[in-house]
Amino acid sequence: MPESTLATFSVRRLEIIDPEGNADEALLPDLSGDELRRLYYLLLLTRTFDGRALALQREGRIGTYPSVLGQEAAQVGSAFALAGGEWIFPSFREMGLFFTLGYPIHQLFQYWGGDERGLRAPDGLNIFPVCVSVGTHLPHAAGTALAARIRGERTAVVAYFGDGATSKGDFHEAFNLAGVFRLPVVFICQNNQWAISVPLSAQTASRTLAQKALAYGFDGIQVDGNDLLAVHRATREALEKARSGGGPTFIECLTYRMSDHTTADDASRYRTPEEVAAWRERDPLLRFERFLAKRGLWNEDYAAEMKGKAQGEIDEAVRRFEAIPPPAPGEMYDFVSAELSARQRQQREI
Amino acid sequence: MPQLNMVQAINLALREEMARDDRVVVLGEDVGRDGGVFRVTEGLFEEFGAARVIDTPLSESAIVGAAVGMAAYGLRPVAEIQFMGFIYAAMDQLFAHAARIRSRSRGRFTAPLVVRTPYGAGIKAPELHEESTEAFFCHMPGIKVVVPSGPYSAKGLLLAAIRDPDPVLFLEPTRLYRMVKEEVPEGEYTLPLGKARIVRAGGAVTVVAWGSMLQRTLKAVEGYDAEVIDPQTLSPFDWETLLASVKKTGRLVVVHEAPRTCGLGAEIAATAAEEAILHLRGPVLRVAGPDVPVPLARLVDHYLPSPERIRGALDEVLRY
Repeated sequence: MPESTLATFSVRRLEIIDPEGNADEALLPDLSGDELRRLYYLLLLTRTFDGRALALQREGRIGTYPSVLGQEAAQVGSAFALAGGEWIFPSFREMGLFFTLGYPIHQLFQYWGGDERGLRAPDGLNIFPVCVSVGTHLPHAAGTALAARIRGERTAVVAYFGDGATSKGDFHEAFNLAGVFRLPVVFICQNNQWAISVPLSAQTASRTLAQKALAYGFDGIQVDGNDLLAVHRATREALEKARSGGGPTFIECLTYRMSDHTTADDASRYRTPEEVAAWRERDPLLRFERFLAKRGLWNEDYAAEMKGKAQGEIDEAVRRFEAIPPPAPGEMYDFVSAELSARQRQQREI
Repeated sequence: MPQLNMVQAINLALREEMARDDRVVVLGEDVGRDGGVFRVTEGLFEEFGAARVIDTPLSESAIVGAAVGMAAYGLRPVAEIQFMGFIYAAMDQLFAHAARIRSRSRGRFTAPLVVRTPYGAGIKAPELHEESTEAFFCHMPGIKVVVPSGPYSAKGLLLAAIRDPDPVLFLEPTRLYRMVKEEVPEGEYTLPLGKARIVRAGGAVTVVAWGSMLQRTLKAVEGYDAEVIDPQTLSPFDWETLLASVKKTGRLVVVHEAPRTCGLGAEIAATAAEEAILHLRGPVLRVAGPDVPVPLARLVDHYLPSPERIRGALDEVLRY
């Protein structure tokens, strides 16, 4: 018998705004001028927070911090597609996600400043705390989606992670579970092309990350992760699909980590300034400004006004963060278990 | 009152609790149509359906990880890991997440889940089917470790574990699954977690043993004035009951099948030394498995603490 082809697959890529700010009008998501300007402000807010966090770390006012520079559009664009009510499972480099959802800014300073109380999400916002252990939160997303299904609720679940996570076993186990049970999960990978010092080419032999979804029986799409509107559109479509019973989607946002892995890292040890400079040309904030300018929604004065507003909001968050008294030593016992053991109670008293 | 073995008692507990509380779901490998490789979940799939008795892919990390997500969402998942040796793939989920999501989120999210797994040696099974590594889990704050030693306690402890607001590792002594039958009442009863049981009163020596070692210990101490304690919950341990007994008898022997070094016996001996040294008449002795991987069937009798070794330890401490 001759060999035959059982299946062929293709991988879609979506981009809407080019680096000059020109948009494919047919693909533009339905967003008002006010919404576009809100998105711009969220990008600015994220970048302003990032710069301030780096400065605070250098001054010893917060601890080790992972910069989000360059990834703001992937985070803000996807988070802006959330309708509210979703369950969200972040990794650790997602400040733009948190701000877009209205997470209190001072709490993120608090967390990165070494105070765990910053991780308590406000009631009503179902965002899991930061997951430091790479990719290990993906099974939680699948489990929550399964629980929602069991309860007959149309809750969609969104998980964020990076390119490094796609090499982890939990990525495989969670994707497999989501595929087998057609779970309402949107998996959003910010492929920033570096896992500390390991480049994408050493992370995977796969042509794209998006195609990995195909092996689990669901759609994967690559979007230009520095194109806020492409990320937004893909996320919105994936959420609609999830809510209507269409199962999971994997969105690979191809972006770039412009900064070091964290403040404890020195990326110049393993990558060239030329590579970084080339990506600076594709800065997601710059691209969105150009896009807004072409639509008469942006000029230098407006930018200055918004930057001032963002600075003010971040200043206020820093003031608030630094005014919080440090936790009392006994607070480390507060949430170990619903009830402390006799021995833990004794340890707390000492 | 029905005479049940441990498999039937655990099955009854699951069935009653699933009927009582629709948040309770069972997930794991082969737990549905097959009823579990030991038939512990037999009949649940037929009674409660595929939505609540979930046959998962062969995926230990995702089983426990998904249970974390399910529990946070408001369900009460009871996950089965087919054998304790396979739980190592899910240690990350247990240690990094189940045990600390309450703490990490400062109480916003919790993980009221149970991971059931058969454990212990002596069933002529392949490698990694006979592990007894309970001490690993006792070292991790935020997770409880429970070991029933008979059908009656299995039902009462499992109901308490499912209702506990935090994650519980429920270790089922495989050797006892069908070895003993006890009267197990239908309907509701729970045995409190963190509470030991004095199985046999005595005045000359305290002996602590759990799981299948308890049965063996009870045989070994016949003729001795020994007080036998079944901790039932290994973490948090009921130090009050243990110390009261040690202060009474002045002697302590710990029996466990896990390897000696850094086994739970070490913590028990250290606690006795710290808090009851002036009451001790002699050294605290451990009768434990040697520091080797659990051997296969042909050597397992040389591995597991034998009644002779337990009696040897009793004779030794009673010399003081």
